[in-house]
Amino acid sequence: MDIELGKDGYPIFTPEMKKTHTILIPMMLPIHFEILISVFGQYGYKCEVMKNESRAVVDEGLKNVHNDTCYPALLCIGQFMDALKSGKYDVNKVALMLPQTGGGCRASNYIYLLRKALKDTFPQVPVISLNFIGLEKNPRNGWHMSMPELVKALYGMMYADMLMTLYNQCRSAELIKGSSKKLLDRWIRRVITLLKTKDFMNTKKYYVRMLDDFAKIERSSVPRIKVGIVGEIYVKFSPLGNNHLEDFLISEGCEPVVPSLMEFILYYLSNKLTDVEIYGKHTKLTPIFRMFYKNFLKQEKETIKLMEQHGHFTPPHDFEHLKASVQQYIGLGVNMGEGWLIPAEMGALVESGIENVICTQPFGCLPNHIIAKGMSRAVKEHYPNANIIAIDYDPGATRVNQENRIKLMLANARASQG
Amino acid sequence: MRTYSLGIDVGSTTVKTVVCDENAKILHSAYQRHFSKVKETVSEQLHRIQEKFPDAQFRCAMTGSAGLGLANAAKISFVQEVHAAFLAVKTCFPQADTVIELGGEDAKIIFLTGGVEQRMNGSCAGGTGAFIDQMATLLGITVDELDEAALRATRTYPIASRCGVFAKSDIQPLLNQGAAREDVAASIFRAVVDQTVAGLAQGREIKGNILFLGGPLSFQKGLRKAFVDTLKLTPEQAIFPDEAPVFVALGSALYADQSKDSPKTAQALLDMVQGAKAAADVVTGEKLFRSQKEYDEFVARHKRCDLQYADLRTYEGDAYLGIDSGSTTTKLVLITEDGRLLYSHYASNEGQPLDRIAAKLKQIYKDKNPNLNIRCSAVTGYGEDLIKSGLSVDHGIVETVAHFKAASFFCPDVDFIIDIGGQDIKCFKIKNGTIDSIMLNEACSSGCGSFIQTFAMAMGYDIAEFSQMGLFAEHPVELGSRCTVFMNSSVKQAQKDGATVEDISAGLSSSIIKNAIYKVIRARSVDELGKNIVVQGGTFLNDAVLRCFEREIGRHVIRPAISGLMGAFGAAIYAKEQAKTHGQEHSGLISPENLANFSYTSKNVRCGGCTANCSLNIIKFSDGGRFVSGNRCERGAGIQRETAVPDLYAYKAESLLQIVKKQPSVKRGTVGLPLVLSFYEQLPLWHAFFTKLGFAVEISGESDRKMYFKGQHTIPSDTVCYPAKLAHGHIETLLEKNVDFIFWPCMTFNFAEPDTDNHFNCPVVAYYPELMRANHSGLNADNFLYPYIDVNDRRQVVKAMKKALAKYNISGRQIADAVDAAYAAHEAYREDIQKKGQEIIRQARAEGRKIIVLAGRPYHLDKEINHGLHKLITSLGLAVVTEESVAPMGHMPELHVYNQWTYHSRLYRAAQYVTTQPDMQLVQLVSFGCGIDAITTDEVRSILESHGKLYTQLKIDEINNLGAAKIRLRSLLAAMTK
Repeated sequence: MDIELGKDGYPIFTPEMKKTHTILIPMMLPIHFEILISVFGQYGYKCEVMKNESRAVVDEGLKNVHNDTCYPALLCIGQFMDALKSGKYDVNKVALMLPQTGGGCRASNYIYLLRKALKDTFPQVPVISLNFIGLEKNPRNGWHMSMPELVKALYGMMYADMLMTLYNQCRSAELIKGSSKKLLDRWIRRVITLLKTKDFMNTKKYYVRMLDDFAKIERSSVPRIKVGIVGEIYVKFSPLGNNHLEDFLISEGCEPVVPSLMEFILYYLSNKLTDVEIYGKHTKLTPIFRMFYKNFLKQEKETIKLMEQHGHFTPPHDFEHLKASVQQYIGLGVNMGEGWLIPAEMGALVESGIENVICTQPFGCLPNHIIAKGMSRAVKEHYPNANIIAIDYDPGATRVNQENRIKLMLANARASQG
Repeated sequence: MRTYSLGIDVGSTTVKTVVCDENAKILHSAYQRHFSKVKETVSEQLHRIQEKFPDAQFRCAMTGSAGLGLANAAKISFVQEVHAAFLAVKTCFPQADTVIELGGEDAKIIFLTGGVEQRMNGSCAGGTGAFIDQMATLLGITVDELDEAALRATRTYPIASRCGVFAKSDIQPLLNQGAAREDVAASIFRAVVDQTVAGLAQGREIKGNILFLGGPLSFQKGLRKAFVDTLKLTPEQAIFPDEAPVFVALGSALYADQSKDSPKTAQALLDMVQGAKAAADVVTGEKLFRSQKEYDEFVARHKRCDLQYADLRTYEGDAYLGIDSGSTTTKLVLITEDGRLLYSHYASNEGQPLDRIAAKLKQIYKDKNPNLNIRCSAVTGYGEDLIKSGLSVDHGIVETVAHFKAASFFCPDVDFIIDIGGQDIKCFKIKNGTIDSIMLNEACSSGCGSFIQTFAMAMGYDIAEFSQMGLFAEHPVELGSRCTVFMNSSVKQAQKDGATVEDISAGLSSSIIKNAIYKVIRARSVDELGKNIVVQGGTFLNDAVLRCFEREIGRHVIRPAISGLMGAFGAAIYAKEQAKTHGQEHSGLISPENLANFSYTSKNVRCGGCTANCSLNIIKFSDGGRFVSGNRCERGAGIQRETAVPDLYAYKAESLLQIVKKQPSVKRGTVGLPLVLSFYEQLPLWHAFFTKLGFAVEISGESDRKMYFKGQHTIPSDTVCYPAKLAHGHIETLLEKNVDFIFWPCMTFNFAEPDTDNHFNCPVVAYYPELMRANHSGLNADNFLYPYIDVNDRRQVVKAMKKALAKYNISGRQIADAVDAAYAAHEAYREDIQKKGQEIIRQARAEGRKIIVLAGRPYHLDKEINHGLHKLITSLGLAVVTEESVAPMGHMPELHVYNQWTYHSRLYRAAQYVTTQPDMQLVQLVSFGCGIDAITTDEVRSILESHGKLYTQLKIDEINNLGAAKIRLRSLLAAMTK
């Protein structure tokens, strides 16, 4: 097949490739991504989430990107390179996809680093930028999502959030080992089917069914220590990035509490509106961002109400409350990386009684100097009972050191529980 | 049967056990180094306990960083070590307010009064006990000797305390410059204290009764003294318990006592430990050699690259002396006219290079044939200047050039040289007979030769024996390729998982190679290195390292048998060439008579030549000569230049300070502006704005190390860049100046530059005011204004400033006028700098000087950040201009990055411009920890190299070691003049 090059000299993912190529996506959120690729599949894109996690992934990352680059870039690119070299794929029939936010942190550059890495060995492999602000515009770009398609994908994420929340609350307490996972897998399949029907917007109906089903799982009533996980989005969510942190916490008898992806999406949309407020940066996308923001807020409020009425599970935080309370210590203008969301989530967790919080961050992450380590003190001043620990992730950081520090936090938690 | 409590503390280097009764009375305790044989050592101690208490049973708990894995595997209760210490303190020393515990690799602090808080060092804050061990090795003495020396100190030097690797870079030059060992020893302890105060306490005051725990603090009096002195403690306040070394084990025993575990006999526990199966998740690599035969072939192949020898006692005729005074080792060679080796020496300089070399020279004079004429001599390496003036060596030569000369001797068409020494990794690409690019290891990745050595010693082996052990290891472990501190913990993990010493030895060799290839050379494919590769440096004498290198790059390389002596050999060849060129018949080297009486004294003074106040070390030799080091410019050395070399950095710094002298006549109030980060460019703008409105402007002033220490206690992230850390001292200074308010805007965006994708500030520059507000209790809504500003939009600026200054009731009209004045001042300043840049370029060309574009960020103008590098460049006779002064003359080249940061986009245009100017080169300044430069450096390099320009990068941090920078700059100069 002929390779079409963009004006920057890199191959384009052309509309024709939609039929022939498999799109590889790095693993981040196992539940969400499984649902997401099924939605993409409905629109004719053949996608696959990479599950390779061997040491070779890190080695490929080290080889192919600058060592001082952030760990998420290193792992994603490592996963791609390892997959391409594995022989599992026809390298002439794969494309790679990375998200791009266009924000002021280094993440906007991952895609370029990936292309540099591919240049020598796999120059024919196109890279797709997943973004919502019109980056990498090209008439021959074969990746396109219409508004209804995007909406459907976002609904998929909402269902995934609900499943993740319920699953995390059940699996650490389940009496029959594996029962939560079994139910989760069944529900993932149901959501995938549901998203093929027109009924998917009827979230309330399906949320109730999910809540009922998960409530049926037999759970221990022994109180467990709840540990919130916040941090840089990739290491917070990705088991490869955080050395399977959730599993470790469960093995320590804790319940991991992971804020939803929707919180990040709302944060992203909210920033677009904040930029209008502070700097007057009004664009033609502003009304769309505002529409989505309002809609999701409404949905979130309904979900919270629904879960409270149901009574078996802890609902997510109210985003507007989170946003209002964070302004006690940081401005909403801080919006590079995870920006004000990290201290906001720390505060919200502590406020809702989850006083133990792990802040996961890639070693040397620039925004996190300000928003994570830089804000811990302020959060602690507001919530004296907060027990926050920052854990750095890095190819050289060893699990034993990370786990030892987490154990210290847990010892503090147990001591304060009496 | 009696029931006791048993605590086992397995640290990174030692095993501690304590048996106590229900009243916490210690009945038995033991403290033993485990040399990585964790299971064996624990078993041994359990065995002894069994013998001592045959009729008892125990509730047992394990603790410690290396105990976690063993406890899990043996199914023994585990208690986190800080928590264990906490339990013991509460029982034994209820009066303690704070606990400081230093262990082998961890540092911990527990605040007991005013809110219990327990903290540990982060992953980068590295060694403490291990750090002291490393430093002792560096000084060539034992830890006890180090301790004794420290007590005799008369002064201390500032040493970077964040991490062992940094500290090394500070200590090495001190040693090479002849600083007293006692003072260095005390400085090392002082650094440990600083790290504890700054890194661990992070703003929380250490006060009241303080309990000191852990091995180092119980054995090292010098360290104790450093803590007591720094924290200003009375004897009553500083508690050093006798049981300190085993205190955590005691806590672990107390934990066991409270547990509901059923008691077991010592034998049962012993069985549990011995039966523990390590988790098999250790990643292993291939064997280095499959058979003895394969190894023999390997040895035979490398044997071919050897020199011929001649006898020093019988040889008559001309000989050439080469000296390489390296950072940790000293190398000497004496060669004949035809390159035969008469004499060679390779040994640690034990921190006293001058003495070592003088001693060896005496030996040469004594042994040599009377008819052997040392015709010429040359010296290279870190100690070049010192040795040259001390021993009257004829020539000095840049290290890189010396290595190239030596490598060419063995392989005339060499393409690539890699040298791994004790402290440095140096790599050079050779193109068309000259050094084309140089790669040196940065301050953070010095995983070099001395690293294996320190490890070998920690495990109780000598280096030769240790590296030999790796050759036939069954399962070399994968240890990663990061800095020393990280490797320490990787090794710890591997041990936990049951790796043998052999496996670790092989793994370390492989790590060194991976570090060199992926971190220093950053090679993506072998072809980048070229066909003919010469490897050298003492570390490559280690066959395991050599084998790993050949394996990793997949081809054979040349390792000369004098691998460790190549610098000295190159210097000797250079001496020979120089003698020929200049017709020199006899070397001016110090005579045997003068050498016999040779001695020197050293003292420290502050230079008063300029405001930099360099700390000078002046060495006076017995012949009356003197040598000054520590100076950045020629003034400190007492040399006056006739005309100053043009330097835009100096001009810019001066003009910024001039601008703020202008103050308004009527005063509405006083605003304080911290001279940090964005203010290095926007000071004229904000100064004009505020003076126009009638505010007097007070700036925090120029940075120095003192200013850094002043603000150190409010820094929340110890891995942020130095320019950001310095800001804390500036805020402190402004608060002292009693200004009405401090102004420091948050700026997501900076000024838009042409042809870019966006114009962000980096996250740190953009939002550091937010961090400051959250971490400095002296700042409040009233005295600290940090509005969000978009400088590209005047209307927004007016609006935001009106709101920020609401208290002063200034009309919108007035604010708008002030903003107009501000922009005019900003423009005028920019134009002036550009004009001056042009002028400097013209002047340099008229004087026939080459020009260096020293490209960084505006705040690299800070002398505490750039450490006077621009002066170093001008002292080499090169003119210096800045990136933003030349960027407008270049155009945006085709980029392979997302070009979205204002400061960084200038680098690309400046680099493009340099490629069009034959007499210019670009040197990029990179602050350590600047993540964004991980992206820009590769891009700037490729812009320059695609047009045949050299790429030179200088990494800077709080450490003030200009040695590496000097080598790079001199190599650059050598390449430019070729």
